[in-house]
Amino acid sequence: MMTERFTVPAKLKTTGFALLIIGLLTLIAGGITLLGSANEIDHSRFWVSLLHNSVFFLFICVASIFIQAAASLAQGGWILAYKRIPEAIGANVWIFGIIALAVLFAIVFGAADHNGHNPIYHWTHPGDDKILQGKSAFLNPGMFVGFSVVAVVLWSWFGIKFRQRSIAQETAPKNSTKIYWGVIALSGAFLFVYALTMMSTIPWFWIMSIDAHWFSTLFSWYVFASAFVSGISLILLWVIYLKGKNALKLVTKEHIHDLGKFMFAFSIFWTYLWFSQFMLIWYGNIPEETTYFKIRMQGPYSFFFYANIIINLVLPIFILMSRPSKRNYFTLVFIAFMIIFGHWIDFYMMINPSPMQENWFLNWFELGVPFFFVGILILAVSNTLSKASLITENHPLLKETLVHIS
Amino acid sequence: MAIKKFAVACFDDEAPLFAAVDKVRNSGYKLHDVYTPFPVHGLDVAMGHKDTDLHIAGFCFGLTGTATALGFMSWIFTSDWPINYAGKPFFALPAFIPITFELTVLFAAVGMVLTYCYLNQIMPGVKKHVFHPRQTDDYFVLVVEVPEGEPEGEIMEFLAGTNPLETNVQVAEDGWWFGRWDKDEDYTKNFA
Repeated sequence: MMTERFTVPAKLKTTGFALLIIGLLTLIAGGITLLGSANEIDHSRFWVSLLHNSVFFLFICVASIFIQAAASLAQGGWILAYKRIPEAIGANVWIFGIIALAVLFAIVFGAADHNGHNPIYHWTHPGDDKILQGKSAFLNPGMFVGFSVVAVVLWSWFGIKFRQRSIAQETAPKNSTKIYWGVIALSGAFLFVYALTMMSTIPWFWIMSIDAHWFSTLFSWYVFASAFVSGISLILLWVIYLKGKNALKLVTKEHIHDLGKFMFAFSIFWTYLWFSQFMLIWYGNIPEETTYFKIRMQGPYSFFFYANIIINLVLPIFILMSRPSKRNYFTLVFIAFMIIFGHWIDFYMMINPSPMQENWFLNWFELGVPFFFVGILILAVSNTLSKASLITENHPLLKETLVHIS
Repeated sequence: MAIKKFAVACFDDEAPLFAAVDKVRNSGYKLHDVYTPFPVHGLDVAMGHKDTDLHIAGFCFGLTGTATALGFMSWIFTSDWPINYAGKPFFALPAFIPITFELTVLFAAVGMVLTYCYLNQIMPGVKKHVFHPRQTDDYFVLVVEVPEGEPEGEIMEFLAGTNPLETNVQVAEDGWWFGRWDKDEDYTKNFA
């Protein structure tokens, strides 16, 4: 009775393809000029940029699975008006997972400088480095591959499974709650998996191990917060886009307002974790810890270091603070794009400084590669959305989303 | 505050209450207040209340807290009593942030609670007239001001048109006061 189909507008498809091709051309051009260059820093530049983008886009897509799983587990009905969007993003996690795995394995096993050392992940060859030897029981290629593959396979499986159960709900017998409770159990299982991967081990392996001598106990939380707030922004952009195409008729200003509140709140949450990590290291002033911030704060990256806080905290907090701005499509779209860009810069700051040192680039290659991922995201998600109704008909909590007041 | 004459109508459901509120607002009579046993969604809109400005007060209180904390600490640690803590600069901004944050939250929270209490005229030890003892139980109580110098017959007739369970006229204080129920006012006298 309440099905609502979405056909992908030709314009969106064209935009997606255009972005994909721009990204692909950048990748090819970068592959030829950078990998073919005699200068080793150019090789690092190529791999670091690929690593940065593949990890960032994979993380924000996995955050979508987390958002809808957390809402399902909390029996939140309000999300149902647009739940097909996080589900559709989650169902495409496998694409980004495969790309990220390919890049990660290419770096771990392929990249090498003239000494045969890995320019990004030093720990692959501990040599006589006492610290790396001490960490080698955990930080070695075998563990890296094992954790990465298990995490990506589980994320992809859960992403596909959630969407499949949600579609099965539509044809379920009236008043049957079997699938509903099944999804709740599945959500619990996913959160468990997510806690052990995204909120702990995976950022250690993929990002923190770039600075292999350095460690921070809340690093994964900080990465998760970054991915979470970008994931919310991504969902909001899709919601507002579809709303502009007269789809998603169940979504009202109230849902939009609540998504805006999430962006506002989790921008502060991200800052809280970012600052907790920074302040303790600044205050403790222990050389093995402060090296991480020395290059980022006092080196050539200091501009991004401060820009990061302004884009991800100061602007969202002041622009989103008042109620009317959280109910205004224009400010929300602006802030959502800004937050995604800001956290892209945040990931840049996590990944780039260590391998690149003072030879930093934010140029045609670094700015072109993300288009490849954005293109895939647009094409894959819109295609998935068009395959089924935008409304989970027959869901026991559907009434809640209709009467939702923020 | 002032002693006024009120016409009171009681309902046992939201539906007739909303109809009555609409009717009173369209009639030109001054709606004093509506008392319900639980928060009723949409009643504020029906009564014509504007969105609260409490959050703006909260923002101002918060900024006061930020300024207090940052200003006070900066003054102490740079000019009043500078101490060298582990070679940190005297103006050690990152170290001030947690306290600044706490004071911002504290000022905003306490300030908003007090402002809220003032706006709603509630405070420990403060009393307000209770129009019906069952207004916290299961009655929805609609209170309309009787226009000054006019007999209450017309307004009672008007209220009877909204199908209330009971109606009555009460002369009562319209605001808050410090005091004790047992000494100040026998609020059950209208329902003896």
